[in-house]
Amino acid sequence: MTTSYRQAAHDAIRDAMRADERVLLIGEDVGRYGGTYAVSKGLLAEFGETRVRDTPLSELSFVGMGIGAALGGLRPIVEVMTVNFSLLALDQLVNTAAALRHMSGGQFSVPLVVRMATGAGRQLAAQHSHSFEGWYAHVPGLRVVAPATVPDAYGMLATALADPDPVIVFEHVGLYDTAADVDELGASDIDTAAVRRPGSDVTLIAYGGSLPKALEAARLLDEDGIDCEVLDLRVLRPLDAATILASVRTTHRAVVVDEGWRSGSLAAEICTRIVEDAFYDLDAPIARVCTLEVPIPYPRHLEQAALPSAERIVAAVRAVVGVRP
Amino acid sequence: MTTDASGLLRDMVRVRRLEEKCAELYGAGKIRGFLHLYVGEEAVAVGALRALTADDAVVATYREHPHALLRGTSMASIMAELYGKQEGCSHGRGGSMHLFDAEHRFYGGNAIVAGGLPLALGLALSDAMQRRRRVTACFFGDGAVSEGAFHESMNLAALWHLPVLFCCENNGYAMGTALARSQSQPDLAARAASYGMPAEAVDGMDVLACRDAACRGADHVRGTGEPFFLEFRTYRFRAHSMFDPQLYRDRAEVDEWRTRDPIGLLVDRGRREHVLTDADLEDAERRADSEIADAVAYAEAGTWEDVAHLDTDVLTREVLR
Repeated sequence: MTTSYRQAAHDAIRDAMRADERVLLIGEDVGRYGGTYAVSKGLLAEFGETRVRDTPLSELSFVGMGIGAALGGLRPIVEVMTVNFSLLALDQLVNTAAALRHMSGGQFSVPLVVRMATGAGRQLAAQHSHSFEGWYAHVPGLRVVAPATVPDAYGMLATALADPDPVIVFEHVGLYDTAADVDELGASDIDTAAVRRPGSDVTLIAYGGSLPKALEAARLLDEDGIDCEVLDLRVLRPLDAATILASVRTTHRAVVVDEGWRSGSLAAEICTRIVEDAFYDLDAPIARVCTLEVPIPYPRHLEQAALPSAERIVAAVRAVVGVRP
Repeated sequence: MTTDASGLLRDMVRVRRLEEKCAELYGAGKIRGFLHLYVGEEAVAVGALRALTADDAVVATYREHPHALLRGTSMASIMAELYGKQEGCSHGRGGSMHLFDAEHRFYGGNAIVAGGLPLALGLALSDAMQRRRRVTACFFGDGAVSEGAFHESMNLAALWHLPVLFCCENNGYAMGTALARSQSQPDLAARAASYGMPAEAVDGMDVLACRDAACRGADHVRGTGEPFFLEFRTYRFRAHSMFDPQLYRDRAEVDEWRTRDPIGLLVDRGRREHVLTDADLEDAERRADSEIADAVAYAEAGTWEDVAHLDTDVLTREVLR
């Protein structure tokens, strides 16, 4: 049966709410409007205004309220419309949600799930298109996940809700309309990276909205006889370094794809891990394909030029593979 | 009228003596970091917390030693926390600004101004949704009223009918900036009322007034499930923190407020009404000094957390590898 990423994300929330009455959905326009990206459409009708709560435009307060609600025994899912708006709530996420357990000496865990849309590609310009996953992945005390597939769009939510700590879920806007044939959706872990395409010549490391681009690049390169292994990070914090290193140790080459800006990026962290722990396994320098260091522009041709693309990934792989050890 | 006078006196003296001891220990290098003392404001916490039951929750600020103490956290574990010892109420991890006590539903200890308000809303929401008739008392200073989180939280609390008792400890200064220099409308109760919740301004130097107002507020919250706002007009006698040379206020202003010392006011009134004697005051001081001596001894004898445990409790569930 064909299911879209949007439908999977919707079903995950619906099923979590059916399974546990402590689960509630809080956010801007999640109820009557049906969700900015239509993920929560229909949930208000099924669960009512007590459990599907349209908030005022008060990110700082409703995210912080999610923390308190989690402490009080509820299992809130807080939706922030886009990652850019989440900066208005950064204080609560970083200074409270992430720090509370450690600074209270282990007394208070925060079982909060925050979902937000991220990424570019829809000509939404410089205040609705950024990728700050790497910022959140910098913070101890948070778990950060980026479901890139339909099964993960469904399966990671229940696991995130069952987790005792705050989990930030990034849903790339370019993925909502993607679809896959899946027989049955079920829970998936929020600990490991996954090999989405096995290969032997080079490891492509991607996450979220960059995964389809990496897979497309791998398909194009396959026609040239270059066999790419494509690794989906899935979890951005804590990083599954073991899976990354195991792959690189077999292919001896790596290209990291990250829709964040290159400087100080998650891609930089991954490269460093590889260099620290698998330097002598490498046959070539690692390459990165990141977003160019500009605020995302509005016109389509400029936006596309700024973002990682299958073409740019292909070029990076060719350069890396062209290096003779 | 002055019921529980000796109990109120004992608690105010406990708080005063504890804070003075903290200043002394800071000078001796036993307590480090930022240290914010409550001297002068005792009537607020002592009076307001009389309105709560054991089931209620408290969210406080970085000037929160009294709130933890009065909710039932032992002075010994507070002192150990100030020393940074693992016997402290936050295992030594938090220090003065981050006292926590799950057993007594004390949710900190928040060093982000207005950072506790959204959290209090969430606790109250969980009570409302799980049909528990409990009050969440949220303490914050006048400085918090300038923060966006304050206004967002006032609106949400009123809009969503959340059972929060907002306790604004208005000591006239946001660190060193006087209220009139930071607020277009310095009547903070009036601002809260504009969000559609009942609000009262209270003489924060009068512990009986603080107690009675808080009881009215808590009764309202418990009875209706709606928020209530109290502005306690008080004054801090000492510096903002131990790093503050107090260039922003005149000595005469401090002296003027000291004539309304909350402990002195209660003692004077108690004498007039023949419910307090000099012996009560002496007894309160003796008890406090003994409790403090024990607390200091406990903290001194406390132990340092093994550095090998540094990264425990970052996450609850350990990382796979």
